[in-house]
Amino acid sequence: MSHDHDHSHDPITDGDEPAAAARVRALEELLVERGVIDREDVRRRIDWLVSRSPADGARLVARAWVDPEFKERLLEDARAAALELGLDPGPSPVVVAVENTQTVHHMVVCTLCSCYPRALLGRPPDWYKSLPYRSRAVSDPRGVLTEFGVELEDDVELRVLDSTADIRYLVIPHRPAGSETMSEEELAALVTRDSMIGVAQPAAPAPVA
Amino acid sequence: MHDRGGGPTDTPIDRSEHELAHWELLTDALVGALAGRGLMNVDEMRRGIEGMPPDEYERASYYERWLYSIETVLAEKGVLASGELDARLGR
Amino acid sequence: MRYRPGQRVRVAARPHEGHHRTPGYVKGKIGSVERAHASFMNPETRAYGEDGLPEQQLYLVRFAQSDVWPDYSGPRDDGIYVDVFEHWLEEAE
Repeated sequence: MSHDHDHSHDPITDGDEPAAAARVRALEELLVERGVIDREDVRRRIDWLVSRSPADGARLVARAWVDPEFKERLLEDARAAALELGLDPGPSPVVVAVENTQTVHHMVVCTLCSCYPRALLGRPPDWYKSLPYRSRAVSDPRGVLTEFGVELEDDVELRVLDSTADIRYLVIPHRPAGSETMSEEELAALVTRDSMIGVAQPAAPAPVA
Repeated sequence: MHDRGGGPTDTPIDRSEHELAHWELLTDALVGALAGRGLMNVDEMRRGIEGMPPDEYERASYYERWLYSIETVLAEKGVLASGELDARLGR
Repeated sequence: MRYRPGQRVRVAARPHEGHHRTPGYVKGKIGSVERAHASFMNPETRAYGEDGLPEQQLYLVRFAQSDVWPDYSGPRDDGIYVDVFEHWLEEAE
């Protein structure tokens, strides 16, 4: 379907939108008019949401890969470790990093809703919030991993974490072979969002020419 | 109905992703703004979603559920009068 | 703090009307305490506008997959880890 109006960042009434779109805009208007909320506060929060990406999580992982003592601090208190690097760990009071190794693989889900470390990973993907993922990640995690292209050996212990409370979990993926001479920045580029959820391995280093 | 762990396993996971529309970002930010004013906390928000009629829950998109919950909780607290949002939308 | 890491615990199987964060699939199941987290406001009362006090101790509890799902076909050491509040746990033999 083509549109013959200019797209802008301002919301416009659009036949493709669900009814909820106009409804929430009207709700915001009403609440602002009443002084219940402040429009600038809402704008700042939207800006914060849009600013979030997996880059901060990847920085934590890359630092942990090159600095074993930092890794220990990250495993002890991920919130403090993020602050140490000047990153925003988000409003959750506790963030826990869990480490994937050659013999242990972690995978995170929130079966009850969609809890996710948004400050460090950005907005969760639709599939993470979906009913099938929430159902199957706990009861058929190896099937889910197969769908995502990950085959774990039988001697790898698979730990599924169901994020049911206010703890936010971040997976430190296993550092890929062949990455030993890479810089921290190059390493961070290997760390994908999905590898920090635990449904993917990090990217492989580019082969050396 | 929100408690999905171990639910049906025959549905493949749709891995397509969509950029959030402005209205979705707005819905998200509204919850934060209301929480900042002490008018709604995340537990109330979740509880509001859990109270959705099951068929609405299944049909609704993620942020449609959030919006449902915001309206429910604000109505409970008398911040929103019954029907006033509909009236504002010209329904 | 009532439970310590390594201790076997059972998740209460009691019915609960209203908001709570203990998933149905672990109710009545036996696991072991993996770690003790901090205490948090109780979401079960916060969800209804109360202050959530007193705070409740939260634990990360490990369950063997095969103890949770009778048909689990993965390796024996696969586990599922759930954050459970102290008032949902009981001692297990």
